Amino acid sequence: MADKQNKDDARIPESSLSETRFSRLRKKKDMPGGLWLKCESCGSMIYRKELEEKGRVCPTCEFHFTLPGRERIAMTIDEGTWSERFSEITALDRLEFKDSSPYLDKVEKARVRTKQNEALICGTGRIEGREVVLAVLDFSFLCGSMGEVVGEKIALAAEIARKHALPLVIFTGSGGARMHEGVLSLMQMAKTCSALAELNDAGGFSICVMTHPTTGGVTASFASVCDITLAEPGALIGFAGPRVIATTLKQELPAGFQRAEFLLEKGQIDRIVKRAEMKQVLARLLDYAGGSKVAPREATKA
Amino acid sequence: MRRLAHHRQTQTMATTNKPNSRADAGGMAFERPIQELEAKLAELEALALRTRLDISSEIEALRKQHKVALEATYKDLSAWETVTVARHSDRPVALDYINMLDDFVELCGDKYFADDKAMVTGLATLAGRRFLLIAHRKGKTTKERLATNFGCAHPEGYRKALRKMLLAQKLRLPIVTLINTPGAYPGIGAEERGQAAAIAENILQMMSIRVPILSIVIGEGGSGGALGIGVADRVLMMEYAYYSVISPEGCAAILWKDGERTPDAAEALKLTSKDLLKLGVIDGVISEPLGGAHRAPQVAMEEVKRTILRELEGLEGLAPDELVRSRRKKFRTSGWIPGRFPTV
Repeated sequence: MADKQNKDDARIPESSLSETRFSRLRKKKDMPGGLWLKCESCGSMIYRKELEEKGRVCPTCEFHFTLPGRERIAMTIDEGTWSERFSEITALDRLEFKDSSPYLDKVEKARVRTKQNEALICGTGRIEGREVVLAVLDFSFLCGSMGEVVGEKIALAAEIARKHALPLVIFTGSGGARMHEGVLSLMQMAKTCSALAELNDAGGFSICVMTHPTTGGVTASFASVCDITLAEPGALIGFAGPRVIATTLKQELPAGFQRAEFLLEKGQIDRIVKRAEMKQVLARLLDYAGGSKVAPREATKA
Repeated sequence: MRRLAHHRQTQTMATTNKPNSRADAGGMAFERPIQELEAKLAELEALALRTRLDISSEIEALRKQHKVALEATYKDLSAWETVTVARHSDRPVALDYINMLDDFVELCGDKYFADDKAMVTGLATLAGRRFLLIAHRKGKTTKERLATNFGCAHPEGYRKALRKMLLAQKLRLPIVTLINTPGAYPGIGAEERGQAAAIAENILQMMSIRVPILSIVIGEGGSGGALGIGVADRVLMMEYAYYSVISPEGCAAILWKDGERTPDAAEALKLTSKDLLKLGVIDGVISEPLGGAHRAPQVAMEEVKRTILRELEGLEGLAPDELVRSRRKKFRTSGWIPGRFPTV
């Protein structure tokens, strides 16, 4: 019954967040350690435990908070089927980038905080029984910025998909290229697309889910060229950041600009999918890569 | 010699003065002593012509001084100085290179939305060789600059480029792209029409184009806006061009919220042709005349012309499958340290 309900909902383009809510969007704060926290969209106080239970979606306004990579995987992949790959690869400071603190110190801090080596987590697992390659670009690790390791792991994920004829599912949350790796991070845009071109030639199937926020070199490369582009409600998605655009144009940006609903209206994405329905929608989409004839679903092989 | 020493001194002062003169608007402060010498030289030459006085030895001495000063300055340009040279208004731009061609038939429009003046595309002939030319267009006059958005292309510019690339593929013509952009245009319309998606699509599709592609960064290689026409079998940079993931200004604003630190950002980003060659991201550097392409545009353009012809000849014999395979591999492993990453 619940299943049918979800299916019906998924047919309607979502626009759960009203435009006024966007304009009230406040500066993003890290979740403080207290029991309560303030919604960055509607400003209402939320009981932390309730937020976590609801998959970090605001109970009042349905704002989709940034989701840590591990939680995303837990929410997307069937329990006990996840097998992570290439978690050991770490960043190098090849430019010896001169900033106020060394680049690798920043990486180290992020590693300690997130307990992962880089912003991208990839591996294989099942989505409602369907085997996939999953890559999650985690905004909580240096703003999900793409350096050599992120680019390489996206390419490797595409290569696993190609080698084992599996669909590729990517979640993105990223501020764009990682400045501290300079032109090497720019080249990741080409690297990821090279691997996707190979996957496409092999008849592979890819889905990208853009989550809040996805901007810059990530949007301008692999995230935008998957076969299907989904987005979470209210996600900021764009090439240039809104601040850059406002500064360049010296004018205020229209309400809702660069939000998922705006992109949907402009024809830039396929669908907006609520977090609570994501797994089920992905499963349904994955079935369409199985050919035109509907087969009785194989029993899940755990 | 005394004068040269003096000039060197002012030059050092100009480039190291802390901090407000470092990122000055023109950015060419380091050239001021050279420009003074050039003015003096012109004055003397005019004087000689006017008065028929024999001051040829003085002129000769000044010429020597000028050359020494140029060599000393340009031997070791800082990253930020390189950026200012790359942006110099006398530096040859797309239109100059087009004027050098034997034939050029411009083909406009993306056939969806508009013709982007910041991206010029057309069929070109040069010294008996035909190809498709794609170039960012930056104007020289204020009017031209405004019309071309200072070389910042919109999505329709990238879509226009892709459309013409598919035409070149059909006609089996090689593709030459001249990169010179501060970056893709950041604006409301650009976002509405999918700036990111347009660039991404180009990068992806260029991985499969079955004719040779040669890209040359002739001035500014601004981030994704550059890469959107920069996925090539051979990627070259002119000596004083730059290629970067973000503009030095943008980087300084993000990291330090301080425009005065733009030169530091330029340094940190490792964006010069020398740095990129070392990182294994580009295939070669086209040397520029002493003192930069803006000082002797014709000489610089001749060198670019020779390079285009040589590179196209080099790519000529390759089978389409081989081209695509090696182009993909090139970008899959761009800037790699061998053995660093695992394989599937």
